[in-house]
Amino acid sequence: MSSQQLSGWGRTAWTVADVVHTTDVADMRDAVSHAGPRGIISRGLGRSYGAAAQNAGGTVLEMTAEHDPMGIDAILDPVTGLLDVASSVSLDSILRMCVPRGWFVPVTPGTRFVTVGGAIASDIHGKNHHIDGSFGQHVRSLTLLLSSGEVVELSPQNNPAWFWATVGGMGLTGVVLRATVALLSIETSRVRVETERLQNFDAVCEAMGSDGADDDYRYSVCWVDLLATGSSMGRGVLTRGDHAKTSEVKNEDPLAYDPRLNVSAPGWVPNGLLNKWSIKAFNEAWYRKAPAKRHVGIESIPAFFHPLDGVNKWNRLYGKQGFIQYQFIVPLDRTDVLRAVIETFSSAGVASFLAVLKRMGPQNLAPMSFPTEGWTLTLDMAAGIKGLAELLAKVDAMVLDAGGRHYLAKDSHVAPTAVRRGYPRLDEWKQTRDEMDPLRMWRSDLSRRLGLIDQRRSL
Amino acid sequence: MKNGVGVAQNIVLFGGTSEIGLAILRRIVKPGVAHVVLVSRDIDTAHNMTQDFVDRFPDLEIHHVRFDAADSSAMAHVVKEVAESIGDIDIAVVAQGLLNEGADYYADPSALISMADVNFTGTMVLLYALAAQMRSQGYGKTVLLSSVAGERVRKGNPAYGATKAGIDGFALALDHELEGTGASVLVVRPGFVTTKMTAGMKKAPFSTDAESVAAITEKAIASNKKVVWAPAPLQYMFLILKNLPLIVWRKLPI
Repeated sequence: MSSQQLSGWGRTAWTVADVVHTTDVADMRDAVSHAGPRGIISRGLGRSYGAAAQNAGGTVLEMTAEHDPMGIDAILDPVTGLLDVASSVSLDSILRMCVPRGWFVPVTPGTRFVTVGGAIASDIHGKNHHIDGSFGQHVRSLTLLLSSGEVVELSPQNNPAWFWATVGGMGLTGVVLRATVALLSIETSRVRVETERLQNFDAVCEAMGSDGADDDYRYSVCWVDLLATGSSMGRGVLTRGDHAKTSEVKNEDPLAYDPRLNVSAPGWVPNGLLNKWSIKAFNEAWYRKAPAKRHVGIESIPAFFHPLDGVNKWNRLYGKQGFIQYQFIVPLDRTDVLRAVIETFSSAGVASFLAVLKRMGPQNLAPMSFPTEGWTLTLDMAAGIKGLAELLAKVDAMVLDAGGRHYLAKDSHVAPTAVRRGYPRLDEWKQTRDEMDPLRMWRSDLSRRLGLIDQRRSL
Repeated sequence: MKNGVGVAQNIVLFGGTSEIGLAILRRIVKPGVAHVVLVSRDIDTAHNMTQDFVDRFPDLEIHHVRFDAADSSAMAHVVKEVAESIGDIDIAVVAQGLLNEGADYYADPSALISMADVNFTGTMVLLYALAAQMRSQGYGKTVLLSSVAGERVRKGNPAYGATKAGIDGFALALDHELEGTGASVLVVRPGFVTTKMTAGMKKAPFSTDAESVAAITEKAIASNKKVVWAPAPLQYMFLILKNLPLIVWRKLPI
């Protein structure tokens, strides 16, 4: 155990906790039983942007298995594609193991450096949400360490209330130890991608939003230029695709998979590198780079799904000040709010290196799962921007008034009211959570800021 | 809990009627702040001075705690009570202090004791209590309003300068001691600030106002600075003043 300063991927709001690095359940039990009044939380690869996997003044179980000498703790059933995997294993490891055998993860976010445990706790989504839903929907069962020290097996059939409270439960119901995940069968390691440039926000909404427009594609996402103004406001590059068939690929080995890290961001990046002007120049180049007419191409898995993983530690690009990622969702018919939000950010001159729009499919059974039918917009911005707190408070209100909500795995600033308003099943989840952890041992900086768990009980 | 855009959820001001303290609060209270606690001797005045917060942030809860900082031994208890009622203390601004300008310490030595109790003893007990609290939280920042008067204590008000010299040195070393715990102390050294405390006094060079001190403090809270001067050039002025030979120092008209 060592005292360590931790933050999320956004590198803001650092706090100090006692860190226990282990993937052994006996160690975990020991750490839980010795946790002090500030409780305990598990942490994987630390890719959630805000304070979900840190616990100021408490204990943090760091569970990563990247360099396990025993190899990847996962067993693949080559017939059914069911993967029995330890929660500490990353999607990166799973892809390396399974893509050459013709299987792909059912859901991947923009980075493959997340653990299975984190994927379940955040109920992550990807470019295929409108077709396949979120990660939790592909988990057939999981084992969970409760704060009592007991290990329970949960599935949608066996104790569904506890299972769905854990999916999207931000690690606050217990520690996921293992999971059985249904993988997706693929013929090749390539993706057939259709790329088109859309000259403004109306064109973007039309291309993705009109009835069934997205349904022919397993994957669909649109990059949006937040700095474009006037008639180009909200212009974007839409990419849609699916896994390529063997016939579409010329490679000798259709399942060859080689995700390499290209470069690392240096540790000395000054605070202002990503500013309005540099991002504007980047956006212009990115938009112009996309073909003016619809174009069909074949891309690799890393290029299509994980472009940012090509730059190791890209979160340093914002300098010491760190950055925040803002992701919200509004109902399908509220494109007016999306437009207003984009206008609010662009008129405030807030530059976002990444702004991504996606149309999401229906909500699953998990009370705290983020995705629900609607539009989700994701953007990142430097944390040190002057007046950011006021600006975000304004945008938060616009989102909540429209019946929208914020993604907790990304959040690093919303107020407790944002969760109460955005997640109408919060109280139901809290009640289930309290059943699973009556002593209220699981705690994180996120739960503390948002009041997700009531005061510690003394029994 | 502080958030990712640097907003503290819970803020406590010790010396709840201090103009500089309130000016700092006016800058760091933003959307997202849940509780502000004002600890002061005179809670009615503190209440009146914070009326504008109520209008600006309808969701903000403002609490008043009546306490005389001269009661140094009870200072630790106040911190505990505040933490019990609002939870973690994200930022504590320590602005309690007495100046006793014009007091005749020869005739009334008890004025020395009350000043030392508030400016030094009570504040030291308070800083330790805050350090203990923030250490257990794994984060938290204490902002101490010190003074350039402690940099080189001068005649005129040697007692005031000495208390500031003491508490300033104490706070810097305490911050050093807290390294790695997540808790930290920021020392703010204003020069001559035109406030009610200094009303009627002759202005010194580089005099400033509460608003400017607050602006500098807000920036320093967001950074990891240990000491800031207000205004900034005082740092260089005092570098010289501090190193003057006594014979020169004593001839200066200050």
